[in-house]
Amino acid sequence: MSEKRTGAQILCEALIQNGVDVMFGIPGGAIMPFYYAMWDYRDQLRHVLCRHEQGAGHAAEGYARATGRLGVCIGTSGPGTTNLVTPIADAWMDSTPILAICGQVSSAVLGKDAFQETDITGITMPITKHNYLVKNVDDIAYVIKEAIHIATTGRPGPVLVDITKDALQSSTVPDYSKKIFLPGYRPTYQGSKKQVKAALDLMLKSEKPLLMIGNGVMMAEASEQVKAFAERYKLPVITTLHGLGAISEDHELCIGMPGMHGWVHVNRAIQEADFLMNIGGRFDDRVTGKASTFAPNAAIVHVDIDPSEIGKNIEVEVPIVGDAKMVLFSLLEEEPEETAVAQFHANAVTWMSHIRELQSKHQHKQQYLNRPDTSMFLPHDVYAAMTKTLNDRGNYRVVTDVGQHQMWAAQLIDWHRPRTHITSGGAGTMGFAMPAALGVALAHPEDTVWAVAGDGGFQMTNQEMITVIQEGMKNLKIAIINNGYLGMVRQWQELFENKRYSGTPLTSPNFKLLAEAYGWKGIIVESAADVQAAIDEAYATDGPVLIDFRVEREVNVFPMVPQNKSIGDMITE
Amino acid sequence: MKTHTLVVLMQDRPGVLNRAVSMFRRRGYNIASLAVGHTETPSISRMTVVVESDHVEQVVKQLYRLIEVLKVSDVTADPVVEREMALIKLHVPGQQRAEIVALTEVFGAKIVDVANNTMVIEMTGGPSKVENFIDVVRPFGIKEMMRTGRITMVRGPRGHSGADLVDAQWQGEGMGAVGSVAQ
Repeated sequence: MSEKRTGAQILCEALIQNGVDVMFGIPGGAIMPFYYAMWDYRDQLRHVLCRHEQGAGHAAEGYARATGRLGVCIGTSGPGTTNLVTPIADAWMDSTPILAICGQVSSAVLGKDAFQETDITGITMPITKHNYLVKNVDDIAYVIKEAIHIATTGRPGPVLVDITKDALQSSTVPDYSKKIFLPGYRPTYQGSKKQVKAALDLMLKSEKPLLMIGNGVMMAEASEQVKAFAERYKLPVITTLHGLGAISEDHELCIGMPGMHGWVHVNRAIQEADFLMNIGGRFDDRVTGKASTFAPNAAIVHVDIDPSEIGKNIEVEVPIVGDAKMVLFSLLEEEPEETAVAQFHANAVTWMSHIRELQSKHQHKQQYLNRPDTSMFLPHDVYAAMTKTLNDRGNYRVVTDVGQHQMWAAQLIDWHRPRTHITSGGAGTMGFAMPAALGVALAHPEDTVWAVAGDGGFQMTNQEMITVIQEGMKNLKIAIINNGYLGMVRQWQELFENKRYSGTPLTSPNFKLLAEAYGWKGIIVESAADVQAAIDEAYATDGPVLIDFRVEREVNVFPMVPQNKSIGDMITE
Repeated sequence: MKTHTLVVLMQDRPGVLNRAVSMFRRRGYNIASLAVGHTETPSISRMTVVVESDHVEQVVKQLYRLIEVLKVSDVTADPVVEREMALIKLHVPGQQRAEIVALTEVFGAKIVDVANNTMVIEMTGGPSKVENFIDVVRPFGIKEMMRTGRITMVRGPRGHSGADLVDAQWQGEGMGAVGSVAQ
């Protein structure tokens, strides 16, 4: 391959060589040379035209989260790239591997406040794993290779490549063979054997052990190993928001979600435990509550591929830096004395029955919101029907937005498989669901993808509905849990601010008509009796469907730990 | 808060100083002093940063998260040579010159410019010595002053050579745009 190519052609070829086959973006002045070249590669490089760069970014995130592969988004210079900032920040917080390709003004006018010039590398420095400003065509092939390597290895994350227009337009003979050279970037995958043994020794001395699993398990594809490890030692397993589905909630050892809206028995178990091993979670404040009061009796082992997460929020006894799957393999390889294991098993069984007893004292799952004494149309009615339908039909992915509906979904839907629950966790980005679901649906055409959103968040990015139509996608359904409020904020106002509903009542358009305007089917549901029929109709319809569930307005998410309180202090009603 | 001196070796790529400083800012680590420059090894730059933090381990880990950072060492407890430099322009009427000359000699400072009513003094030394000198000459009237950040080197054969970090494959690899510390 010794022919000269333009920078834009090299960009296309580098992306293809590094495994990219779909990109979400919007063209504009500075990035136009890339689009010019893209036309010749369209059989290998599918471009999905979004309606807003934020949508493109979230779609790339959804694609990445649903597959474990790199998601790619594109924006032109200036506003095109600043619109990508929110999804980049979201990907940063949730360690999602995305590559943002940005057009930049020509190097001749760079730094001179040229039309649509924005210092996007400066802006995104704190929210990217790494970023690049490429001004020379000779750098493009290597930078793309290195950028994708950084985004997808170690602790994954967003990487941004900003390329000047002249670099895209100039020509050179590309060298794709240059080896990646990053002396300062060598992620540790294999956990230290010594630490692994120390962790296991510590665990075997405990009587009330817990295993907590988070996003790291999902990203390392370590579900099987989690199950094997939990079963080997009969460990109760806690799944954080991003760990949901890593082990099936049907599994006898899975006890559910911890934290602010986690289950009472899970949080109580954490406060009682004398040992807690966290694999691939980062002890987010929504999990720990007030950190100084978290798991006061537990010796803590923290397994994370990013050393900076260990000891950041919670002091640990045994740190293990490594990939979740590799460390689990090491843990499984250990062969402790069988008598010790037998004793440990006996204690673990007693401990588990204690946790289940705690659980039985507090309502769980679908029963939680069940109010036979009321004729109100509760969000629970939607989740009950949806859960039943998803379990019956299988092949689903659920993408949630941020707020009450998100917590209900996390609590009430039965999560069985990895990468079926996709949400914005760390950043809490309202507007995530609709465009992210687009990326998920595109990645998994065989699955039915449900975007569950509130009426507030949905209106932040609903323009991507038309992208779904343009792409001819049919496997996407939207459920709006419409309560006419920015519900989670309203809940806080009700509970902590004396019902001062400042800025939370929300008027929405007629979502059915909106759906129809976009070429979707729209359904309005105003009573519990019509929920199942609407969901069935959504499945029966050969195309995207939006259901507007007009639920009771003032319903709260419980249980709840007030902010900065101990997770031992839960409000349950 | 405790003060720590960190020696950081990093790949000399565009924006690397910006990345480090930006990380300090957003994580709320207070920089007391910062100096950065080339090293004995081409394409590696070295930063001495004096940071105020009770969680220096986190500071070190966060530095390591930056792709270009090769090695971070906390030398606070090590035997080190530490130097700062100050250029001080003093208001010096003729009759006080002798006194200033005497003081600079005592401190081992250098007079690098003499004019009608001013002198520029170059003072190099450990942080407290520079501080002392400034205190002593302040009453004469400091017209201008510029101080550098602290640079630090561990005494003896042990240390932080960039050459130790350079692999055989190092030279000629990586991005084309190598070699600008200050971007």
